[in-house]
Amino acid sequence: VITFIVRRLLIAIPILLLSSFAVFMMVAAAGDPLEDLRMRNPPPSPEQIAAIEERLHLDEPLLERYRIWISDVALRQDLGNDNRGQDVGNQLTRSMGVTLRLVIVSIAVAVSIALVIGVLTAVFQYSWFDHGITFLSFLFFSLPIFWLGVLLKEFVAIPLNDWLESLGFGRFIGTVQERSPNFEGGFGDTVYDRLGHLVLPAVTLVVVSFAQYSRFTRASMLEVLKSDYVRTAQAKGISGTRVIFRHALRNALIPVVTVVAIDFSAVLAGAVVTETVFQWRGMGTLFTNAVRFLDVNIVLAWLLISATLVVLFNLFADILYAFLDPRIRL
Amino acid sequence: VSQLPAGEFGSSGSDIAPGPVGVEREFTVEARSQARIVARRFMHHRAALVSLIVLVVIVIVSFVGPRFWQYRYDEIIPGAARESPSLEHPMGTDSIGHDYFAQVLRGAQKSVQIMLLVATLSTAIGVTVGALAGYFRGWVDTVLSRITDLTLTIPLLAVAIVLSRRYQDAGNWQNIALVIALLAWTTLARVVRAEVLALREKEFVEAAHALGASDRRIIIRHILPNIAGTIIVSATLTMAAVILIETTLSFLGFGVTVPDTSLGKLVEEGRTASQTAPWLFYSPGLIIVAIALSVNFIGDGLRDAFDPKQTRVRQ
Repeated sequence: VITFIVRRLLIAIPILLLSSFAVFMMVAAAGDPLEDLRMRNPPPSPEQIAAIEERLHLDEPLLERYRIWISDVALRQDLGNDNRGQDVGNQLTRSMGVTLRLVIVSIAVAVSIALVIGVLTAVFQYSWFDHGITFLSFLFFSLPIFWLGVLLKEFVAIPLNDWLESLGFGRFIGTVQERSPNFEGGFGDTVYDRLGHLVLPAVTLVVVSFAQYSRFTRASMLEVLKSDYVRTAQAKGISGTRVIFRHALRNALIPVVTVVAIDFSAVLAGAVVTETVFQWRGMGTLFTNAVRFLDVNIVLAWLLISATLVVLFNLFADILYAFLDPRIRL
Repeated sequence: VSQLPAGEFGSSGSDIAPGPVGVEREFTVEARSQARIVARRFMHHRAALVSLIVLVVIVIVSFVGPRFWQYRYDEIIPGAARESPSLEHPMGTDSIGHDYFAQVLRGAQKSVQIMLLVATLSTAIGVTVGALAGYFRGWVDTVLSRITDLTLTIPLLAVAIVLSRRYQDAGNWQNIALVIALLAWTTLARVVRAEVLALREKEFVEAAHALGASDRRIIIRHILPNIAGTIIVSATLTMAAVILIETTLSFLGFGVTVPDTSLGKLVEEGRTASQTAPWLFYSPGLIIVAIALSVNFIGDGLRDAFDPKQTRVRQ
């Protein structure tokens, strides 16, 4: 397993380099990062601009800039400073924790629900339950995340909070930001506070992504249920649930893992939108603000980190394959 | 996904035209009956049919409506800020006195225009690249697979945000459409490539080769008609994805900008007022959901219609 991981990471390096290069060129083409500065009133002196240009290496040719940036990242693990001179690495680590909390919880919940629903709809194919879920899935992946988020705030959070309050629990579900402002407390209280703020954004992401996963689980289960070995298992007199979970589901999971892995970057993108709606200070907000003010180093670092996360997640999916299907060797 | 040649395509249905067909007439005759078979199957898919009607109504109203409606989308009506819906203003007015119905019409029009333009462009690019990569392999294939690697690592929305930041231009929706189209074609290209790879080894392609048909003719006349179903279904599903991407971009402020408007931008503006002036938030959002949902259902109906082998959900 270790050699497999090392080998996969080595293969990932050229992909990441390629993607960092593509991203660098794209961001460089996206505009002048000093636009804001030049527009300032009174305009800064040419020397000031030149000084900033030199600090951000904007005076170098494009390829040279890429070389400087990538060698800083690769050799010194230094993602550079943003336009105001603050370290990008620190900002990104902080916001990454916030966003990953959201993304990982959402994916875990979405996959669990999708598996249950997917198996049920496959087993009871064409029942009213199946039809209802089919319609709901279509509805769910037609929902714009930004709209759904506000709807949930309105129709779920507020009534639920009122209800919880009447039961004496306090307004547990946070609708704004990832934590209560000026929150101080012990470990348990902190977890409780973060959890309350996590509920709504996570539900938003879960609703949008679980529909797709459950459709996929259903399709894949239907395929497997028709296979010879499932019929053999049934003929041997193994109980129905055991056939479904031990024989069928385990094989049906393989394509589902692929979809979840490929979909990871889409969930990350969904988190960007969700964070905007709920005013989280995570990677999403960091990114949109950086693009707005053309903070090149933040944008570059963000895209590089998200590419790395996607690669790592896919690696994890590959390891999971081997676990699900012993025929696959790492 | 069907990989049968055109002649066998509808053989599982009962409604295929019987009788021998000449070699020369094969394509014209079969093509027409295939289209008819598909259309008939599609009509049996109730949800898809209803969706088609809903979509057509939205498109017609949003394109023709503004000509007949009494207010323009950019017209500020004095003393009519934040009025709730009435006969005069069916969707109320926004905080500076625009008639909101006119705004929603305009927004829907822009969103639909972008959706259609992107679908056309990205389908054209995707089919061309996919067919070339699948048929000739070689460098096109290499480039395509590298691009695929890239698109798998970087969230599409993030790239769209960066590019739109550069190319968004006041009142110019085509740029946004171009940006999205440049990013959206890769899925279709991959699908087409896989299908073409399988089809180029089939006997009928070999036969066409033996008869001296050029590569160009083989691709256009022999291979592409066989994957028309896949292409049409993918293009439809791309449209559903595009409308969500475009509205998201506009919502975040990287899409359609002032002086023009889009459904996403309207939701953005109405969001803060979701309690005090709910109509500003719900009407554009509902239209987005209606468009995306009906496009998804149409795609589903088309998939069933083109590929009867697949288990159909509704009979």
